[in-house]
Amino acid sequence: MSAHTLLAEAGCHIKQDCGFPAPGLHSFDFKPIFSIGSFDFTKPMLLAIICMLLVVGFFWAAFAKPKLVPGKLQLVGEIGYTFVARSIAREVIGKKGDKYVPFLTSIFFFVWFMNIMSIIPFAQFPPASRFAFPVALAALVYVTYMYLTFKTHGFRGGVKNLVWISGLPKPLVPLIVLLEFIQNCITRPFTLAVRLWANMFAGHMLIVMFSVATWYLLTPTWLTAVSGGSFGLAIFMTAFEVLIQFLQAYIFTLLASIYIQGAIEEGH
Amino acid sequence: MSAELVNLAAATTAGRLGAVAYGLAAIGPGVGIGLVFGHSIEAMARQPEAMPIIRTNMFLGFALCEVLALLGLVVPFIFQS
Repeated sequence: MSAHTLLAEAGCHIKQDCGFPAPGLHSFDFKPIFSIGSFDFTKPMLLAIICMLLVVGFFWAAFAKPKLVPGKLQLVGEIGYTFVARSIAREVIGKKGDKYVPFLTSIFFFVWFMNIMSIIPFAQFPPASRFAFPVALAALVYVTYMYLTFKTHGFRGGVKNLVWISGLPKPLVPLIVLLEFIQNCITRPFTLAVRLWANMFAGHMLIVMFSVATWYLLTPTWLTAVSGGSFGLAIFMTAFEVLIQFLQAYIFTLLASIYIQGAIEEGH
Repeated sequence: MSAELVNLAAATTAGRLGAVAYGLAAIGPGVGIGLVFGHSIEAMARQPEAMPIIRTNMFLGFALCEVLALLGLVVPFIFQS
C-alpha cells in the first residue's frame, strides 16, 4: 500500500477512536501493476525504467548531433558532464580518470533522477528506498572495482592491493590484513548500498509521516493549527530532501570514483 | 528496582528498542559530522584557494561518518523478532 492509498483509505481523524495510521515498512510495499507468473511488476520498477529512459533519452538528445556552438539542450548536457568530469573524476582520480567519466556520469544522473522521483507529483516514491536498487548499483561499482584491481596489478598484486599496507611492524600484519580485507571486500560495497538506501528510506518516511499527520490532525478544533504546522514541516522536509537527493547522488559517484582510484593507483 | 517493574518495562518497551538504538547510534556520527564540517570550514577560511580539494574530502568524511548513523537505522529492521 502506498502513501497515497494510505491517506485516501484511512479517512481517519484524531478523536475518532481509529488510531494514528503510522507509516512503516508497509508504506514501501506496492500492489503490483501487473504480474507475469510469480513476477510482479511494481511502481518502483516502473519508476526505475522511466529514469533509465530519461537519462538515455536526455543524453541522446543532447549529444546525438554535437555542434561546435552548443544549443540549449547540448549546453545543459555539457554542464552536467563537465560537473562530473571536473569536480569528481579530475579531482579524485586525476588525468587517468577521463576514461571513467561516462561511467560516473551515467551513475550520477541515474541515481539523481531516481532520487528526484521522491518529490515529483504522482511518482512520489524514491525507487532507491527498495534495497534491491542500491544493491544492484553498488554491485556494478564493486565489479568494476575488482576488475580494475586485478587488471592493473595482476592476480598477486591485486590481492596485495586489497589487503596489504607496506611498512607495518610485524606483529600488526595479520590484524591489518584481516581489517583491510573486511574493509575493502565487505564493508565498502555494503555501506555504499546502505547509505543510498537508508537516506532515501528515511527521507520518504519523514515526508509520509508529516503528510499523514497533517490529514490525521485536520479536524474542526484547535488541532487544525497543529495540522498546519505539520503541513509546513512536510513542505520543509520536501525542500530538505531536494538537497539530500543531490548530495547522495554526488556522494555515491564520489565514492565510486575513489574506489576506482584505489584500484588503478600504482603501489600502496 | 523490583523484578515486576523490570518485566513491565521490558513489556512496554518491546518493539520500541529500535528507536532507542537509533538514538544511541546517532550520538557518535553527530559529533563526527560536526567535527568534519567544522574543521572543513576552518580550513576553507584559512586557505580559500584549496577549496575544491577540501570540499571533496569533506564530503568523503561526511559520508563515512553518516553511514554509522544509517547503520543504526538499519539494524532494528535486521534484528526484528
